[in-house]
Amino acid sequence: MTLLANSLASTKPAGIKAASAATRIGETFARLEAQKKKALVAFVTAGDPSREITVPLMHAMVESGVDVIELGMPFSDPMAEGPVIQRSSERALALGVGVADVFAYVSEFREKDNVTPVVLMGYANPIERMGMQAFGDRAKAAGVDGLIVVDYPPEESHDLLRTMDSVGIDVIYLLSPTSTPARIEMVASVGRGYIYYVSLKGVTGAANINTAEVAAVVARIKAKTDLPIGVGFGIRDGETARRVGDIADAVIIGSRIIQEMENSPPGAAIDNVKTLLQGIRRALDA
Amino acid sequence: MQMYDLPDARGHFGQYGGVFVAETLQAALLELKVEYEKTRTDPEFIAEFQRELKHYVGRPSPIYHAKRLSDDLGGAQIYLKREDLNHTGAHKINNTIGQALLARRMGKPRVIAETGAGQHGVASATVAARYGLECVVYMGSEDVKRQAQNVYRMKLLGATVVPVESGSKTLKDALNEAMRDWVTNVENTYYIIGTVAGPHPYPMMVRDFNSVVGKECIWQMPEMIGRQPDAVLACVGGGSNAMGIFYDYIGDESVRLIGCEAGGEGVETGRHAASLSAGSAGILHGNRTYLIQNADGQIIDTHSISAGLDYPGVGPEHAWLKDSGRAEYVAVNDEEALAAFHRLCRIEGIIPALESSHAIAQAIKMAPTMAKGKVLLVNLSGRGDKDMATVAERSGLQFFCRASCQQNAKT
Ligand SMILES: Cc1ncc(COP(=O)(O)O)c(C=O)c1O
Repeated sequence: MTLLANSLASTKPAGIKAASAATRIGETFARLEAQKKKALVAFVTAGDPSREITVPLMHAMVESGVDVIELGMPFSDPMAEGPVIQRSSERALALGVGVADVFAYVSEFREKDNVTPVVLMGYANPIERMGMQAFGDRAKAAGVDGLIVVDYPPEESHDLLRTMDSVGIDVIYLLSPTSTPARIEMVASVGRGYIYYVSLKGVTGAANINTAEVAAVVARIKAKTDLPIGVGFGIRDGETARRVGDIADAVIIGSRIIQEMENSPPGAAIDNVKTLLQGIRRALDA
Repeated sequence: MQMYDLPDARGHFGQYGGVFVAETLQAALLELKVEYEKTRTDPEFIAEFQRELKHYVGRPSPIYHAKRLSDDLGGAQIYLKREDLNHTGAHKINNTIGQALLARRMGKPRVIAETGAGQHGVASATVAARYGLECVVYMGSEDVKRQAQNVYRMKLLGATVVPVESGSKTLKDALNEAMRDWVTNVENTYYIIGTVAGPHPYPMMVRDFNSVVGKECIWQMPEMIGRQPDAVLACVGGGSNAMGIFYDYIGDESVRLIGCEAGGEGVETGRHAASLSAGSAGILHGNRTYLIQNADGQIIDTHSISAGLDYPGVGPEHAWLKDSGRAEYVAVNDEEALAAFHRLCRIEGIIPALESSHAIAQAIKMAPTMAKGKVLLVNLSGRGDKDMATVAERSGLQFFCRASCQQNAKT
């Protein structure tokens, strides 16, 4: 395992910190650090609940104080998601939303916003289907900054890492409460952009998190890496966001936003998401 | 004989297999891998496993010369490995006993399982009762409707059956849901996967537990005919009964290995479950293998008359055996399987599972083209009692499983 981590680590250009300031992700975290602020990261599924909503929703989220957008690529078998994101993925798939559509949304978003980092999040199969190089080239051309692939752990992602490094997209890895010290070290050495710490055992959208436990693990991760650390899974309100903000560099919210849209009357989804995120932003900055 | 020692330490069969799962599951899989490595060579465990197979399952299962069928076909001789005679009626119990013993060793009081037709669910519920473990079985809500009898069987055995409403509401979604349960309850829960799929070490472990089937054939065939068969045939859903009978024959290249996938309404119609014959490589359920997917890399609905073969993926070792040319894979469609089902009922007095009927159909196709001295060994992976309703419906007959239904129908 250590051997592997070393060989992967050697693919990282010497002297460049993973959260390189030259990228949108790096610039964003550097700016926030200078302002003594925490990053608010918002996850939504591309094309849910409609194809038309995604780009306006992305802009609205930025207006409400979101610093990084994670855009979900729908997949038929989202093994790590809870019911909310599963439903969201199913709605998008029912509309026929695929990887090419996701790229189109990012391109359109970039017409008006050239600073907010966009990270694609999804599963390995649609990427393999398109072909790793084609995926990387098209994602980069669309203006994608980072990539989270739930079912590509470091051991299985040599090709992914090499390809994304070559096109200039950060591969972001996950860590969890059950990650062993060896795995923390491995992810610390191969990760780019930021580290996504999954705050609890379980799937997305599960119950509220135990911030004391999170603090302990985040400290262990921090000891191994200079990468910013984002915490996600189970953050549902401003109060929790603020407590997580005290511990980590970024607060990641997903299921709660999607639920807000599910519960909104037609036409009100974007406004309601704005209100939700503005509240969380205020709490985070307080 | 060639040495065959796949998978490698990280679960790869060439480019297939591996551990493609979220970080949240990595520790659990590592724990399982380490425990299984210790267990698989532990004489005490092996002895207990073998005792259970003998006294609880009824092993060794016999090999039967289907002479009337062979004579009728006028070519190669067909021999049946009678996994249908096992306790619970299929090969699935070989694996669930092995894994339940492992769960007990690991101190996990709760086991979970996914099931499609309900056969693996029944086999899991059975061993959970046998070893005093809590058992939760995930089953697509579509399958719960189609397989009511097995649902009730699991309940009788004390298991909780959870209908899964996500995705296509079938086996693949049940597997997703079982994984989600496992991630959430990993401290006290052991996940018994029902076939040679999933992340490492499952494909290897399930193969090892089912390889008792082939190991028996290796000594039974010489006893019966003085040599090994010319070909071994098995149906392939996820591929556990096939890996079970193939495994010990891999090194003996004089024996052809033939996997029979579900051709459904015909591979050309797109309504089938033949991942190896008509699919392409990809990643699902924690491993790289052949999948039935669309141009966007989404997994698509499969179709087969037999629920147990209705799976869009296949075990990674089969993917490797296909690419390496060591095994051949063919698609057998619904009609052919159904015809083989009826033929075996009438001519040998054996009611096969619809899954196994696919392998029998392939033997029926091949035998007449071969000399009388040639031998085909078919894995009769299970019995067809569970398929009564499906077959009756196909034949346009009403089949009633409850007296109250019959009364309603009369009025
Ligand atoms: C009798 C029987 N044969 C075969 C199968 C298919 O599974 P596998 O390909 O793993 O043997 C099943 C699955 O339910 C089954 O019940």
